[in-house]
Formats: sequence, structure tokens, C-alpha cells
Amino acid sequence: MEKEILEHGFNFNRRRFLSSMSLGIGGIALGSLLMPDLFKGGGSQDEAPAPGLAHFAPKAKRVIYLFQNGAPSQQELFDYKPKLRDLFGQEIPPSVRGSQRLTGMTANQASFPLVGSFVNFQQYGESRAWVSDLMPYTAKIVDDLCFVKSMYTEAINHDPALTFLQTGSQQGNRPSMGSWLSYGLGNENKNLPNFTVLLSRGVGNGQGVYSKLWSNGFLDSVHQGVQFSKGEDPVLYLRDPEGMDRKDRRDMLDQLSQLNEMSYQEFGDPEITAKIKQYEMAYRMQTAVPEVMDLSRESDDIIKLYGPDCLVPGTYSANCLLARKLSENGVRFVQLYHQGGDQHGNLPYEITKQAKDVDQASAALVTDLKQRGLLDETLVIWGGEFGRTSYTQGKLTADNYGRDHHPRCFTIWMAGGGVKPGLVYGETDELGYNIASNPVHVHDFQATVLHQLGLDHEKLIFKHLGRRYRLTDVSGKVVRDILS
Amino acid sequence: MWKFVVLIAAFSGFVVSFQSCSTNSSSDGQEAKIPEKISYNFDIRPILSDKCLACHGPDANKREAGLRLDIAEEAYRALKDNPGSHAIVAGKPELSQAYLRITTEDTALLMPPPSSHLKLTTREISLIEKWIQQGAPYEKHWAFVAPKKPTVPEVSKSDWPRNEIDHFILQKQEEKGLEPSEEADKERLLKRLSLDLVGLPPSLQMMDAFIADKSPKAYEKMVDKLLSQPAYGEKMAIHWLDLSRYADSHGYQDDGFRTQWPWRDWVIHAFNKNMRYNDFVTWQLAGDLLPNASKEQLLATGFNRNHKITEEGGVIPEEYRVMYVTDRNDLFGKGLLGVTLECAHCHDHKYDPFSQKEYYQMFAFFNNVNEVGIESVIGGPETYAKKPLMEISNDDVKNILNFVNKPDTNRLIVSVMGELDSTRKTYILNRGEYDAHGDEVQAGTPEAILPFNAKYPKNRYGLSQWLFDKKNPLTARVYVNILWQEFFGKGIVKTSGDFGMQGDLPTHPALLDWLAVDFMEHGWDIKRLVKQMVTSATYRQSAVITPEKLARDPDNVFLARGSRYRIHAEFIKDMVLASSGLLNGTIGGPSVKPYQPAGLWEGATSGRGLLSVYNQDHGSSLYRRGMYTLIKRTVPPPTMGIFDASNRDLCEVKRAKTNTPLQALVMMNDPTVLEASRVLGAKLLEEKTTASEKIKKAFRLIVCRTPSDKEVELLSAYYDSQLKKMNAATAAKMIAVGEYPLTKNVDNKSLASLMRVISTIYNLEETITKS
Repeated sequence: MEKEILEHGFNFNRRRFLSSMSLGIGGIALGSLLMPDLFKGGGSQDEAPAPGLAHFAPKAKRVIYLFQNGAPSQQELFDYKPKLRDLFGQEIPPSVRGSQRLTGMTANQASFPLVGSFVNFQQYGESRAWVSDLMPYTAKIVDDLCFVKSMYTEAINHDPALTFLQTGSQQGNRPSMGSWLSYGLGNENKNLPNFTVLLSRGVGNGQGVYSKLWSNGFLDSVHQGVQFSKGEDPVLYLRDPEGMDRKDRRDMLDQLSQLNEMSYQEFGDPEITAKIKQYEMAYRMQTAVPEVMDLSRESDDIIKLYGPDCLVPGTYSANCLLARKLSENGVRFVQLYHQGGDQHGNLPYEITKQAKDVDQASAALVTDLKQRGLLDETLVIWGGEFGRTSYTQGKLTADNYGRDHHPRCFTIWMAGGGVKPGLVYGETDELGYNIASNPVHVHDFQATVLHQLGLDHEKLIFKHLGRRYRLTDVSGKVVRDILS
Repeated sequence: MWKFVVLIAAFSGFVVSFQSCSTNSSSDGQEAKIPEKISYNFDIRPILSDKCLACHGPDANKREAGLRLDIAEEAYRALKDNPGSHAIVAGKPELSQAYLRITTEDTALLMPPPSSHLKLTTREISLIEKWIQQGAPYEKHWAFVAPKKPTVPEVSKSDWPRNEIDHFILQKQEEKGLEPSEEADKERLLKRLSLDLVGLPPSLQMMDAFIADKSPKAYEKMVDKLLSQPAYGEKMAIHWLDLSRYADSHGYQDDGFRTQWPWRDWVIHAFNKNMRYNDFVTWQLAGDLLPNASKEQLLATGFNRNHKITEEGGVIPEEYRVMYVTDRNDLFGKGLLGVTLECAHCHDHKYDPFSQKEYYQMFAFFNNVNEVGIESVIGGPETYAKKPLMEISNDDVKNILNFVNKPDTNRLIVSVMGELDSTRKTYILNRGEYDAHGDEVQAGTPEAILPFNAKYPKNRYGLSQWLFDKKNPLTARVYVNILWQEFFGKGIVKTSGDFGMQGDLPTHPALLDWLAVDFMEHGWDIKRLVKQMVTSATYRQSAVITPEKLARDPDNVFLARGSRYRIHAEFIKDMVLASSGLLNGTIGGPSVKPYQPAGLWEGATSGRGLLSVYNQDHGSSLYRRGMYTLIKRTVPPPTMGIFDASNRDLCEVKRAKTNTPLQALVMMNDPTVLEASRVLGAKLLEEKTTASEKIKKAFRLIVCRTPSDKEVELLSAYYDSQLKKMNAATAAKMIAVGEYPLTKNVDNKSLASLMRVISTIYNLEETITKS
């Protein structure tokens, strides 16, 4: 509520504000730099909080979300179900399946034979967490992780499920989680965007990603996710044209601001002053972004930790390393999307490759943050948009099968950011089809993430076209059991 | 602050007092005074709506204690739980339970309950107290009462108004003690006008002719000239394409290609031939149902098929079919009626008097289309439109559809509307879920707006008759407001998509009504309305902001100065191309793929379909107007998005206007801008003029005014300094940008230096601003 009133005041006063405040105008640019200033200049709101952003003391300052796009199978990675092997080829009991609606890909399938995982599992660490042999690096850090095996969602197809996890609504056109955090917390680094997005593609069956996943929705566009891409222009149009060096650009900007200043003298429009500041901010970004993208100064130990792929731009591994650097530099929310986790068929082969693609770097990121003392203040999240079925999709043979989308249970892990390390939370039934204990709805998960950042999901509100919106829509409970 | 009360109109027996500048917040630091006479519509309803009605309003299922505060009789009568008392006792706050509960110190009794995180301010409580003291009178929501044409108000400064608009605007200014600004200088004025009417900067010839024309009709002649240019239709189409969520891909998962562009060509054509707004919309809603429907009328119905359509294998067809119907229904509400009908999709509306049943009655109009949720997964040309579809033959484009710019003889299909032979039953969908059927409903419209006349057919054609019924309180107001927003930067009702109780109140209610009624009286003539707006003295004012005016009216609510706004994304590109002479003025046809940073589509695609790889166009296609850039919904054109263009996912009636460093990066480094700088530079170097003259001309072409001596001096000095340090290698690199052929016989170093100057001019704030 406080936040809403402030934002309202912010919009309302913006023009006047820009004309009167001498600091922070550049911040309007990329997130929220302005918001802390606004709080200082806060006006007469009785409800206005003291300077400071969160609703209460945060455990985490930043988030890195390693999104496993396509939804890799929990049965092959973390949710060990020996019983499924025993029941190989047997029909899933109707009592277990219940009235779960099926996707168009399996709805017409004549039978639904159960299939156990082709891969072996072992227990690791003090927490004795089960991890499959496909994830040897992750296995080594289980005592830093909190597994949630009882996640569930409402959607059964990629587009709505992804959109639901990221925006709290299946339809899109709402702000993404990173946008909400940018809106709620402001930013720490005035030279970098507050919410950045990194894309990569694995070897498995790919599903697209969409810019609505990092959309600011109805929030100010300063809260939009900015995609950083591989190649010479990590941020769109960042690079000056061939033949123009930094000094040339500086010269040009000096002329430009003088001319714009003349225009301000004539029109008196505060937007002109804001424009001058935007150009200065752009100029600073031109230096700051390539610096943070430069991996050449990383030590050999770090390269070894993430694996050789981390030097290949655009790989998952490189993006994990980059995520650490961005986060370390104060980027509030770093969102990775890694495509290729959608194994409808030929699953044993595909998931083996896909797991190899992500295992080392995911674990390396956690280790790296920990050794830098950053894990406590950084929440790392690993997971997909839904789970996969315990019965097979398509033809079942002794060594090959597929799994369809499954909304009723899936596994994610979190690390750092005040989440209990070495915990396995929630359980599925012995067929891995339904949740047996401690269900965590997508909105519960979102509420928990916001909570760790010091935000009350019921108070982080934005009023748009007459309705108050939240990331968690109208539900969601913080999962306190997993918080340390 | 800017608060005053005017009695302006008597609506259906209610005396409605309008209070201007209606932001119902006290967030600017000064508590507004409590008015002498409290207005229900302007003072009380916003509070009730925002803070009380979610639990004590129209939604019967969520109503607490059986109490309803949005209807007088309900609020006055004995409380269900406590028949001895009443929520509101007219004249007696101390006996009104509602008042007692908002002022109690007992948190267990306090309203709104602390758990709602809602809180009334001291001012709001005082307003409610005084309103009850004054008898707690209720009024019907202003927007649901049909507009009547108010008398044009008298003003003291009677030589200022040029038409009726100015009387309404000036009257408010005089009440506030504000003075209108003088007329903008001719150069600024023509730039503003040209950008507003055709989306392009004026040519030098036009500018010179306008400056030379000293006749009193000079300005009006320009208005007429611009209104008659085909580019007018292109400019006007943009807001309609946003409203109609037009795009070149199907959206969703694989986001395959679609050929819906002939519908877009029709929109341009319709604006150019000044089709009346009622016909324009009727054809789009119900062209297929008109008697002896023509192919053109059928094409117009593409409007309702512009929504996203899934090609994701594995979806449940009915779930998606219901989404398409929902999308049409919500567009009808937001875009044409200006109400948030979509809020009644899952439950009764929390604030406005629309029940969930009424939502599905409206839904029924759009629920009878002969379509399926998924027709095919992504594929070849047969998937570029979905049934029902129409085929546009080569004969058609020579005859009845001659405005469709079909470049080849390939099969061309467009998704359009078409009814089932039988009637599909419509049910209330509980919680909005596609498979949770509740009671069956018949087609109908919300009572609170206007009951559906039994004479109208119960189909989309009847719905459009209802929409254009003279008694419909919303249709004309909503469109007039959208156009006002186009020309003045923001609507008279700022929330152009929400005229309901949670929306902003009009800043000039009488003007809005006058314009709406006048629009209807003159046969929904769009060009006439546009002309009225741009020929007003209000529109023609200078945009210079004096510190005094900035302090008194920072948001320019009272329009005592011209509006000053950054132009739309599309027009930025148009300005760059037109000023450099690169613009290819072809109208319509398939969308084009100009320069775009590498890898954007490829990085986000599933790998399937025509749009998985960005195959950039070459030659003259690179220089088409911004509106023809292909819109792939999941990865919209980057420069457009950076400048706040719609991603065309859903109906949008108002674009944001942001100012970000990413915009600065586009203007500095987008090859489109750099190439234009080079091409214009080369042209100027071929002219036998001095460097200063070249710079002056470039400035005139781009900023559309003669630069001051100081500006010329500064830019000339910049040019000299660049030329001095420029070497051949750097120059060669600089001028290598863009595919447009290099001019021979121009000195590279001079060109590279002049390019930097021109690029600087393109980056001026004023360049992309209507001032």
C-alpha cells in the first residue's frame, strides 16, 4: 500500500519533481534510482515509510533465476521413485491419475504405462538428498541447496506455464517477477539495468521464449528486463559506430547537451533536462556493460570451476558466470532462460545431454557465490515451469520412453538468500504423480521469493485501470518452513 | 490546489457538479480543501469505489454482511445483522454505522479492515462526513448517462477562441486565473500539425509556402492539404492498429507467420476515404452479417481475428477457443466502450455495475464463430490464416479490393469472421474457467450502460446497432477522447480505457460531452472532428512553459500552453527517413524486415516456422514507414518497443511515454539513423553551398525550423573540429554504414564529419518532439 501510494505520487509529480530535484534524474532511466530519492522527497504522506525500500529487513538483496525452460523431468534428476521401476509398463491406476486434464499430445493415448527412471540415484551430503547420476556436480553441493519437491502449477502447456511462473498470470501482460522487484526495491548500480535477461539454448527439444516473460506489464518501462546478448552488442545499440571512439562520443555528447540546454532555455520543459541525463546514463552504460561482460580477467580457477564452455559466449555456462558478475555488480534480478528441457520422447538420450549442459555451471555458480561471501545475500533458483508425467508418452521400450507435461508436481532448488541449506522440502507419492506432503503453489513460491527480498507480496501492489495487481494475484503464502 | 466546482449540466434529473483535476489522491503534498458542496460523483464515489466496494459493492458473491454501498436504497436501509441501525442515515453521520466504522479506534471494528491494507485518509473521512451531513445524495455514474450537448460557455477574453473547443478550455482557465499562451511560431506549428496529421515532417517547400502565405486562411489551407494526403490514413491507422492488436504473427509458443496485412491496408483506406466512425466500426464488428455483404465488408471483420492464435501442439482446443472469444469481448469493452468489462470474466465486477452474467451475455455475441482453438501446428502458407478465412484473388485487387497492395500472384488468405450455421450455447464460466459451465445465457448487453433493444438482431450486427444507438452513453465519448489523446497527448479522461468508477474523472466534462454529441450530430465524421481539434486556438498555442505556468499547472491539465510530447516510435523512423530523402512512400502491402540487431529472433525461437530466422530485406524495403515493420509478437521490433510501441498482444488504447537511456542508444547507434545521416550528408555535399549553409539546411529538414545563429555556430565549429581530426581510415569506416549506395565524387572526410553533425541533430530532444 505504501508502495502504491508512492508510485502514484511519483507519476503524479514526475514533471515537477524532475524540475526541482538536482539528483537522481538519470535514475529514471534504468530502474528506480529515482525511487529512493522519491522517498526522501516524499511529501506529506502519513503512511510514507522512512527512507529504505523494503517492507521489512530483507534476507536477500538479489536474485539469480536459472530457468530450465521446457521443464526437465524431475524423475530423472531429483525426485527418486524406485517404485516406478518395479511397476514398469503397468497402467497408472485411475485413482492416482484422478481427473487431471491431459495435454493434446497424450489425451488420445490408449494407455498410460508407468516408467521408472533409466538412471540411478544416490544420496549425498549431510542432508542425504537424492540426486541422480546425471547431476554429479550438483550432487556435491546438496548441503547448500534447498530442494522443493512439491511444487505445483495450474497450466499444462509451455507458454501459459512459463508466463504463470514469471508473471503470476497465465495470460501475460503483467509485470514479470524481476520487474516487480525492480519496482519494489529500486537499484543498486546506476550504470546497469536492474533486471537483466540472458538466453541460451541446450541440446534437447527446444521451446521458444517470449519477451512478455520479462515485460514490465503496466509498470513503468524502467522496470523492464533488459536482454543482454552474446556478441559485440550485449545491450541493443550499445556500441558506437565504426570509426567513433570514446572521445568522439564524448565530443558529440558535449555538443548535444549544449544544444539541448538551449532548447530547455526556450521551452522550460523538464523533459529536456531528463533527456540530457538519459544521454549521460547511456554513455556510462557504454563503458559499464562491456566491463561487466568481459570474462577475460577471470582466474583459471574460476574457468575451471564453471568449465571450458564458460568462455564460449551465449552458452549456459557463460551465462552463469555472467550472472555472477552482474549480480556482484548490483543487478537486482538476473534471469537466465536455458532452452531444451522438453523431453516428450527419446528422453534418456536427450536429458543426459541436457543435464551435462547445465550441471557443472549451475553448481559452480553456487560455489562461486559462496566463496565470495555473496551467497547469503543472493537467492539462486533453479527449475522449470512444470513437471513431467510418471507414465510414458509415446512408445515404451526397455530403454527408451518420453514424458509429457505434468502440472501436479515438480522439483526446484534454491540456494542462499536466507533459504535453509541442506533441506529437502515436500514429498510426492510413491508414483511421483501427486504431492504427498507440503504442497507449494506457484504463488506460494513467488510470495516466498518476495519475502526473502524484504517485500510483503500482499503489499507490493500496483493499481492499474482501477484494479490493484500483485505478483501473486489473490493468493500465495510464504513457505516459512524453508526459511532459515 | 486546482480545485473548484462548477455546475455545468443537469443530467436526467441529477444535478451533477464537476470538480476538475480529479486525481483522487492527495499525493502532491498539499491537502486539498474540503469543498462547500460535496459532489457524490466527484468526491465520494471515487472513495467508495476504491476503498469499500470490493466487499460492499456489485459483486454479490463477495458481499460482506449483505451490505451494498453503491446503491442509495441499500445503503440507507436497516442493516441485515443489526436491524436497529443503518449504514447511512442521511444528515446524521453520528448515527451512520458506515461513518462510525471508519472512524472507530477499535481495530476489530475498523473499516476498511486492516487486513485489506486499505486505509482512508483524514480528508476522505471528512468528505464522507460532510456528504452524509448534506443528506448523502447519490448520483448515477456520469459516464453511464447519455451525454447532452451543453451550452457553449461565455468567456471574457472573447477574441481568443477560434471554435467551440476554445470556449470550454478558456472558461476553465479564466476560473483558475490562467491565460492561454500565444500562438506557436509558424515553423513549430506546421511541424506539429504535419506530425499529427500525416506522421511526417513537412517538406521544405511546404514550410516555405506556409511561411510566405500571409493570408488568414494559411493555416487552414495546410490542414486541408494534409488531411487529403494518403499519409493521413497511415498516421490515423496507428492508434487503431494498437486498439485492434494487429500483428504479423500468430503469437504464443511458436509464433508463426500470418498474412493479416490486407486488413491493415483496409484500415488505411477507410481513414483516407473518411469512412464514418459508425460504419467503420460496424463493418469491422459485423461486416459478414450485413445484408449482401461485400468482400470489402468481409475483409473489415479481420478486426476480430487479429488476436493471438495458438499453434502449440498439445493444447486443449476448447481452452483456447474460449480465450479468443474472451479477447474479442475484452477488446469490445476496453477499446469501444472504454470500460474494464474483463473484470467480470471470473466474478461480478467489483466496482462497476456489470455482473458476471452480463459479461457472458456480451460474450455470446462473439461466441458463435466457426472456428477451433487450434487449427494446425506451425506450418506453410496454408497456416498463414485460420478459418474462417477469405481468399483475396488477383481480380479482387484490381477491382473491389484495389487498396490491397498485393505484390505477387501467390495465394493470399486473411482470417475473417464467419458464423456457425447453428447457435453455440453460451454459459457463464465459473471462475472464468473454460470447462466450468454455469447457467446458460442469451446474448445481451449490460443494463447499466444501455439495455439491448429488442428490435435489434441478437448477433454482432445488432450489437453494433446498440453500440451506435444515440442513447449509448459511451461510444462517442470514448472515441472522441481517444482522438483528443492523439492530438493533445492525454485524454480528457486520462484513463482512456476506463470510463468506469475506478477510472479518472474527465478534466473538462462539458467539453467531452459537447464534442461527443457534436460528433454524433455530424454523422460520426472523423476528419471533421480532427479538423475541429487542430484548428482550435487551444491546439495552436505555443508549447513554451513559463516557470509560473509550470508551478500552477505542471501537468498542463488546463491547456494554457501547447502540449509538448515525444512522437510515436513509428514516426521517429519516418522522420529520419523523410528528412534524409530515403523514405519509400509505398502504401500497404506485406510487412517488411528492415535492419535489426543480429540474433534476436534466433535467440528466442523454438526453431520452427518462417519467423525462426530473421532474413533482413534489402533495397527500397529498408526505407518503408515504421508502421510496415513486421511485428513478430514474441520478439517485437526492438526500436519500436524501446520507444513504447505496443507489442500488440492485447487491445491497447494508450501508449506509455518514457524517456530512457536505451532510447538514447537507439538514436546514437541505430544504423537507420546513421545511414540517413550519411545519405543526407552526401546530398548536401553535392550542393554548391558553404558548410554553414549545409548545416542550416540539414537542421531545417530534421528539426523543421531555422536554427538560431548560436546553434549554427556551435554545429559549424563542431564540423570544423571533426574535419580537422578526421583521417581517411576513420572516415572510410564511418561512411560504410547502411546498404544505400555510396555517392561518388564526395570527399570521404568531409562526409564523415558532416555525418557526425547530422547525427547530432537527429539526437536533439526537439527533433523527436512535437513542440
